[in-house]
Amino acid sequence: MNYQDRERIALNMRANILKMTNQAASGHPGGSLSAVELMITLFFNEMNINEDNLNDVQRDKFVLSKGHASPVLYSVLAAKGFFPESELMKFRNLGADLQGHPNMKSVRGVDMSTGSLGQGLSVAVGMSLANKLDNNDFRTYVLCGDGECEEGQIWEASMAAAHYKLDNLCAILDFNGLQIDGNVTDVMNPTPFDKKFEAFGWNVIDLENPYDYTQIEEAFAKARLCKGKPSIIIAHTVKGKGISFMENKSAWHGVAPNNEQLKAALEELGVQ
Amino acid sequence: MAKIATRDAYGKALTELCEVRNDIVVLDADLSGSTKSGMMKKVAPERHFNMGIAEGNMMAVAAGLAASGKTVFASSFAMFAVGRAYEQIRNSIGYPQMNVKICASHAGITVGEDGASHQTIEDIGLMRVIPGMTVVQPCDGPEAEAAIKAVAELKGPCFVRLGRSAVEVINDSPDYKFELGKANVLKRGSKVALVATGCLVHEALKAYEMLKEEGIEVTVVNLHTIKPLDETCLVELAKTHDVLITCEEHSILTGMGSAVCELLSEKQPVRILRIGQKDVFGESGKPAELLHKYEMDAEAIVKAVKGVY
Ligand SMILES: Cc1ncc(C[n+]2csc(CCOP(=O)(O)OP(=O)(O)O)c2C)c(N)n1
Ligand SMILES: [Mg+2]
Repeated sequence: MNYQDRERIALNMRANILKMTNQAASGHPGGSLSAVELMITLFFNEMNINEDNLNDVQRDKFVLSKGHASPVLYSVLAAKGFFPESELMKFRNLGADLQGHPNMKSVRGVDMSTGSLGQGLSVAVGMSLANKLDNNDFRTYVLCGDGECEEGQIWEASMAAAHYKLDNLCAILDFNGLQIDGNVTDVMNPTPFDKKFEAFGWNVIDLENPYDYTQIEEAFAKARLCKGKPSIIIAHTVKGKGISFMENKSAWHGVAPNNEQLKAALEELGVQ
Repeated sequence: MAKIATRDAYGKALTELCEVRNDIVVLDADLSGSTKSGMMKKVAPERHFNMGIAEGNMMAVAAGLAASGKTVFASSFAMFAVGRAYEQIRNSIGYPQMNVKICASHAGITVGEDGASHQTIEDIGLMRVIPGMTVVQPCDGPEAEAAIKAVAELKGPCFVRLGRSAVEVINDSPDYKFELGKANVLKRGSKVALVATGCLVHEALKAYEMLKEEGIEVTVVNLHTIKPLDETCLVELAKTHDVLITCEEHSILTGMGSAVCELLSEKQPVRILRIGQKDVFGESGKPAELLHKYEMDAEAIVKAVKGVY
């Protein structure tokens, strides 16, 4: 997909993330806005996922390890046409398919139920092992949070991924520098990520600007080329990206914009 | 009527305790604003340790602090405090009977919109099966404050189950008394006794009023301590009522209702119905909507009473 179309989708996704959390009066806009361009490139360029293979047990798969960012996943799946965009506005409502955290049993295109941090990378290791066992070329992608990397399980999974040489696994780290209680370096410093993952046997790819489609594509291409090791793309993201009053503020981690804030945010985006 | 969440009362009580006791150390796992453990930083910031998003590590660190003479309060959401760190709690806190108070918030289905991944409906069960673990679930602000102060005095492991949502204050009368292991009888009626815990105490009281309008008077008991159970009170209820109905925001499997059944089937057999989450996962929604859909609200309790009255 060309850059212009991706720009258009990105704008619409940002608006949807804001609107869906607003109508639910809850949810996580900050960590959703940070990964919009990454998710678009994944779902429209990098992964082979479409109506025809959606129900296949094995295909390219994506795990949202930081499950609280469900709005960015749901809005990209709606953009792919896997369910009507109108579903987004039932997010977190009683009886809705779009649960607060992703539920693979109720949403087409969600490959794993997540929400408890630290488990998605392990699940992705399992999927990658299955692909190795079956000798296919499918790839597994997983988006992790930087705060999430404080969970010991992330490092258990990292060890396993390198041990089994899972070069069909590509992790993406949403390195936005914030978690709930503040800066990751103040709460419980998980850095340096590059040296840690290198030491754990990973191919580490630095992505300086995860809002530049050329750079994002290059990072995914590097991951594909690397053989014998899992790859991790360290994406230097901005929490709340695109909305000036939300950017780099941990206060916008798990708080929805009210009507007034929604209006201001949409005006800033230049959309209705 | 005033409303306050039990987690807010926890933050307040903990702050007051930290002002007068130097042995208290507080741990949290990146949720200190939500669990309210962070409130005590106003008076003793050097005794609050944010352990990051690493609950398993946090619980074993708590054990180490306790082994070195500290009284430890460790907080996170109940799902992760109890769920993620279960085995660390069992082996490093439970087995050596460490003086750690696991004060976990956002318990049960009334977490609401976050959905099933965050709605613990098995934490009471998981905690009460650990030998020597005291299990308490306060029903309102004043009771939460009293419970926190009581467990701080107790040596040994405790689990205090706290809620996210603000609940009405009912225990504000001057003669209100909190005693660990001692149930509070709130209403005296006949035939049916509602044995409730946590936020369902409020639903049981609403049900009591609704039933009273129709000439039915039931007994309502607040069972804040789930372990050890108040055997004297429960046996007496079983002797003087035809049916007991347990009410809890927890799975009907392994929870307070199960504990009451276990006790009374041996000591004083009586018919017992259990109101709670019926062995299904919850979902996103507003707390009141969820209590209604999963049949744990006053309406469901009234229906259950009428079915046996
Ligand atoms: C095991 C577990 N512990 C705690 C939480 C509560 N929680 C939800 S999001 C979050 C912070 C996540 O920070 P980060 O991984 O950096 O995500 P991002 O900044 O991308 O939103 C926490 C502690 C959880 N969902 N799971
Ligand atoms: Mg972060």
